[in-house]
Amino acid sequence: MEPNQIRRAWAICKKDIRIYYSAHPVIVHGILFPFFLFFAFFIRRNLSMEFILPGLVGMTLFFTSTAIVSIIPSWETRSKTLERLVSSPVLISTIVIGDILAAFLFGVVVSLVPISIGILGGISIHHPLIAALGILISALCFSCLGALLSASPTDIPANVMTISTLIKFPLIFVSGVFIPLKDLPLWGKILASFSPLTYFVDLLRFSIKVDYYYSVGFDFLALFIFALIFYILAVRLHVRAMPNRI
Amino acid sequence: MSEDIVIQASDLTKFYGKVAAVDHIKFEVKKGEIFGFLGPNGAGKTTTIRMLTGITKPSFGNVRIMEFDIEKQTLKAKQIMGIVPEVSNPYIDLSAWSNMMFQGELYGLPNDKSKEIAAELLENFELYERRKDLVKFFSKGMKQRLILCMALLSQPQILFLDEPTSGLDVQSATIIREKLRQINKEGVTIFLTTHNMEEANLLCDRIAIINKGKIAAVDTPEKLKLMTERLQKVVVAFSQPINPESLNSLPNVDKIEKLGDKIQLHTTAPGKVIFDIVDYAREKHLDMVSLNVVVPTLEDVFIKLTEDKEKSGHGA
Repeated sequence: MEPNQIRRAWAICKKDIRIYYSAHPVIVHGILFPFFLFFAFFIRRNLSMEFILPGLVGMTLFFTSTAIVSIIPSWETRSKTLERLVSSPVLISTIVIGDILAAFLFGVVVSLVPISIGILGGISIHHPLIAALGILISALCFSCLGALLSASPTDIPANVMTISTLIKFPLIFVSGVFIPLKDLPLWGKILASFSPLTYFVDLLRFSIKVDYYYSVGFDFLALFIFALIFYILAVRLHVRAMPNRI
Repeated sequence: MSEDIVIQASDLTKFYGKVAAVDHIKFEVKKGEIFGFLGPNGAGKTTTIRMLTGITKPSFGNVRIMEFDIEKQTLKAKQIMGIVPEVSNPYIDLSAWSNMMFQGELYGLPNDKSKEIAAELLENFELYERRKDLVKFFSKGMKQRLILCMALLSQPQILFLDEPTSGLDVQSATIIREKLRQINKEGVTIFLTTHNMEEANLLCDRIAIINKGKIAAVDTPEKLKLMTERLQKVVVAFSQPINPESLNSLPNVDKIEKLGDKIQLHTTAPGKVIFDIVDYAREKHLDMVSLNVVVPTLEDVFIKLTEDKEKSGHGA
């Protein structure tokens, strides 16, 4: 991609942050929703904080990185601002990258909340660099997934949210967030391998040395491949959907 | 393509399913012109402007914007054009100033240059005092002026406007038209679509009339008006039935038709015909129930133009 398109993607990212991510309800929802969901499953299950934290961070990052990006194009289709973007000298991939970038930054920042809580709660992160890199690549991967989910050529955000929920919740349930991978039956392990969240949670568990399953390199490779597939599909589907949006 | 031609559409066609929204149209716009694309709703104006600006891909045909092929060099072509879409679409949760700065970033303008031009444009369009206000609090006319400012920020050589005064109050529409004349004087070529014949007449150097995806005529407003003059009608209804042929003696009447209880007189001089009808009614001691002048619609012009074309085609 040309440098001038990268600068334009950054402009779109800043616009997304100002309009869509800075709203207080979005921030509060982004932080609180994963907490509520997580504790709904873990309460009275007598699990260690070391086991809980990676799942909590994983779900927070997963929800925050995918939620808003998936509905921005439908919002902008409805408000006719998408036509403004498409009529300017930017590629469709530039618009997609701008949206991904905003979701990535939002996800990374919000994921610091549960991590800080964990650290304040006395959890030691033995491999902070691995954890940090894991958060970065996972935020990118989940943002690309959000961009892919947003490619439906509709101007009704609720339609996209319904499709997103149908895809995202199964990805959480099969991911090993709630049960350690090593304790899953073979079919469970196979199912878990289809969720990118599996590899992020596994990386975090490695970082705090509890119940990790795959090697670090494999987790990174899987997340990278997922990100690449999601990005390529997202751009292709957005290019195909654009004539129906405007 | 000659240097004087800045927009060239050749055999431009767009199908939606089996329906041709734009059907093999061909025209050229010269440098420095205000070129109007005139047609009723659903005629294919927006589809055409979207193909010209690279937003929609044509099914067939080709568009050149100056030296650029819109399909192969889309970004380069977009860089030299400004676009005002049919629906006002600034970001309503941003201020007017932020919208301008965002537009500058999308066109790759340096920040300082963006600020300088934005201030000048907002001042010129009487929006500078409101630059920090969120656009959601702007009236429709203000939004439209902002959109025009945004389209001009990159100092385009060609400005495309899709129904720029549609739905605006008279004052806002007049301001927009004045500004367009001023922009054109500064050397910007303007392509605008409208369904308002008077607007096209007031603004444009040349007009293309489009209906049902086909161009019926491309000419200057005055020459097109000559065609429409023949389509004017006076419709009169009397309290008592009369024989329409008794009106044959009236001068300036080309054709008389009976429409129910009304009589329709085709004329190029409706003002004179009205006086003659009033005199006729006095002479015959008739009361008039109604007397109207029917101004030709674009549909009439189009039908007339296409009829003429067909006739000349058969004659050939």
